[in-house]
Amino acid sequence: MTHKIDLTGAEEWICASCGVTLELGTVEVAYMGSKYPVELPKCPKCGIVFVPENIALGKMAEIEKILEDK
Amino acid sequence: MDQKELRELENRCIQEYAPWCTARCPVHVDVRAMNAAITAGDFTLAAKVLKKKVPFPGIISHVCDHPCEDVCRRTTIDAAISIRELEMAAMSFSEPVKERVVLLKSKGKRVAVVGAGLSGLTACFDLAKKGLGPVLFETSDRLGGTLWGYPEDALPREVLKRDLELLESLSLEIRFRTSLGSDIFLAELRNEFDAVYLGIGADSGSTGEVHCDDRGRILVDSITFQTSLEGVFAGGSAVSGPSERSPIRSISEGRRAAISIDRYLQKVSLVASRENEGPFETRLFTSVEGEERRARVPLADAALGYTVDEALLEGGRCLQCECLECVKVCQYLADFKGYPKKYVRQIYNNLSIVAGQRHANLLINSCSLCGLCKEVCPEDLHMGEVCKASRRLMVSQNRMPPSAHEFALRDMEFSNSELCVLARHESGMTSSRSVFFPGCQLAGSSPRHVIKTYAYLRDRMEGGVALMLRCCGAPADWSGRQDLFDRTMTEFREQWEGLGSPTIITACSTCHGVFAEKLPRDKVVSLWETIDRLGLPEQTARTVTKPVALHDPCTARNEPGILDSVRSILDKLGYSIHEPALSRKETECCGFGGLMAFANRDLAEKVIDRRIEAIPEYIVAYCAVCRDRYASHGKPTGHLLDLLFGGPEVGEFVVKGPDYSQRRENRTRLKRSLLREQWKEEHVAYENEQAITLHIAEDVRELMEKRMILVEDVREVVEWAEKTGNRLVNRTTNHFLTHYRPGTVTFWVEYSPEDEGYAIYNVYCHRMQVLEEIKH
Repeated sequence: MTHKIDLTGAEEWICASCGVTLELGTVEVAYMGSKYPVELPKCPKCGIVFVPENIALGKMAEIEKILEDK
Repeated sequence: MDQKELRELENRCIQEYAPWCTARCPVHVDVRAMNAAITAGDFTLAAKVLKKKVPFPGIISHVCDHPCEDVCRRTTIDAAISIRELEMAAMSFSEPVKERVVLLKSKGKRVAVVGAGLSGLTACFDLAKKGLGPVLFETSDRLGGTLWGYPEDALPREVLKRDLELLESLSLEIRFRTSLGSDIFLAELRNEFDAVYLGIGADSGSTGEVHCDDRGRILVDSITFQTSLEGVFAGGSAVSGPSERSPIRSISEGRRAAISIDRYLQKVSLVASRENEGPFETRLFTSVEGEERRARVPLADAALGYTVDEALLEGGRCLQCECLECVKVCQYLADFKGYPKKYVRQIYNNLSIVAGQRHANLLINSCSLCGLCKEVCPEDLHMGEVCKASRRLMVSQNRMPPSAHEFALRDMEFSNSELCVLARHESGMTSSRSVFFPGCQLAGSSPRHVIKTYAYLRDRMEGGVALMLRCCGAPADWSGRQDLFDRTMTEFREQWEGLGSPTIITACSTCHGVFAEKLPRDKVVSLWETIDRLGLPEQTARTVTKPVALHDPCTARNEPGILDSVRSILDKLGYSIHEPALSRKETECCGFGGLMAFANRDLAEKVIDRRIEAIPEYIVAYCAVCRDRYASHGKPTGHLLDLLFGGPEVGEFVVKGPDYSQRRENRTRLKRSLLREQWKEEHVAYENEQAITLHIAEDVRELMEKRMILVEDVREVVEWAEKTGNRLVNRTTNHFLTHYRPGTVTFWVEYSPEDEGYAIYNVYCHRMQVLEEIKH
């Protein structure tokens, strides 16, 4: 997931608890025993992560399938 | 599946076997490909196909005795394709190509070929290509032998000469005016050369040295063409005799003898792997059903042959023989762009690889396991069995993609949970002669039909009719989860035996199949046979006056009792039934079978469209899933129980079935209402529920259905967000967005508080886990 991700519309969302704007940061994602660092928007204070719909249904789904078939 | 089983399965798919014409042709010209090229107007390609197998295509296209035509499939409809004339057209209308013959480096051996007729010339040609450029001995002063005996209009000299020019490019040493038995002797040739080929024609008389039959024909081994003398081979008319002369066989024999000579000189086996070198019987099957009669295109002038237009027409008569019986009737088999032989190989490779991508997982998991392929296959190959066995293996190796079946298995677990399961004797009774088993899908789709049918059965049957609500376990079986299937069956058995093992009356043919396989056969009877025997309910609902098409569920295909009784019931109800082209034993799956709808949703949707496009009438189904799936695509479809016990009015045949969440709710409600009405009990499991209210618009519900997200999942996520405050908020809309992973899936829900509850705007999910740590 080192590809550039489309974050159109993502800046609309802020952390509800901390009231701060999300910033791109490195997050680990895991599936089928594999772990990858990815860049995703997250709250710089509490760390809550945002996976936009287009990422979840696009790139993420693609990689899930590759890992499932490995 | 081991290598041996793979071969056995692959071997049963006959798609790759040669068409009859090619199999019968002694040199196996790919007539089908040639005709396809002609039909496409590509005569150059057609000629190339012919030249690939025939060294003298001009000659052969004029004088071939075309044994291929005797076995052409079209002979079973009208008349064979005019194959030789089409070869002539291919040669006449193709672009002139400079033939280039690639010769292997000389192997330093000396071979003598005696006779410059078709077999001798073919032997020369093939030997030269193998690096065994022979010395050619010919009685006369020219090449071609008896070919010069054909009249000019049968074999124009120009054609003959052009083909013979090919030999010049081989730079052979040719000794004309040299006769065997007078100028040279076989003993000399054997001395001087490493091997000898005798293509001496029918009229040359015996050499006196090799064994002949009483008619003077040289005796040879039928595979190797070796004579009684080691290293001496023979073919053509010298072997077949003058009465059985066949130009195309002469070519074949010259060719096969050349193979033997090459092997003989290499000192390897002359006989190994030489199956099907000459004419052979093919195992191909090609249906000619529905093919229209089309007379042969007549030849205005036999010597001139077909015109371009005539050739296009005649080539178009070719049936392009292939099998594909299963692919023609199955969207799944068509969708993966191959046929079982290829699929079995792909599946085998998929199961055997140690590392790397398993590209056939989707292939294995997309099959509905319905068995239509086996019904139409001339060799009874059942791809469903291959796929199911493969799924079991994948599960046992821990390599089954979780996304394929997890949702369906969760649904099964729900149906077999305390919320839905019920097993009771008829109210007021302590024993049961029979038990009604509606199945989880009818309970989920139409609980009122379960209630009405149960009332009917109690009313009509003696000895007590018990009721069992649960899932038969088919999803576990379909997904390859043998352990889970066995466990589910054990649970079922305990409950059933607890009722005294009464006869099971099944409403669903999938449950029927599962029980029929696992329990004594006389303990399982379908609802349809039961109703047919007991008689129609007193007040039936005649809702459709037009003819209806009956759709049999795939799991009923091998249950004639079910197939017949359903027709009998419809007949008694006064319906005129239309049988779709694929029905009864050859019915199609609706796309739910084998969990196709979960593993490959897009394909399963195509399966629905294909079926409803093939059926113009209203459909009557007797499987709740088939009913709901066809109706979901707008096809007016009723359930047989609608017709028996009242249901949607005509206009409502298109009423959409409940979605996944509603099906769950229906199952729980069914248990609750039956317990209350029949057994005067309250369903405890539901008592303490204090769930939050969700307002979900229709379009969001559809999205949830597509993404396999349940109302329960959404509720859990919102509750969690409200409890923890872990959520994002949108600057413009003030909607919240939250995520939660109760199990193996992370759900995202966009919502906002509304009317004592929560309005849901969007939902999506992923299986990948985000490893976040939220610090508050």
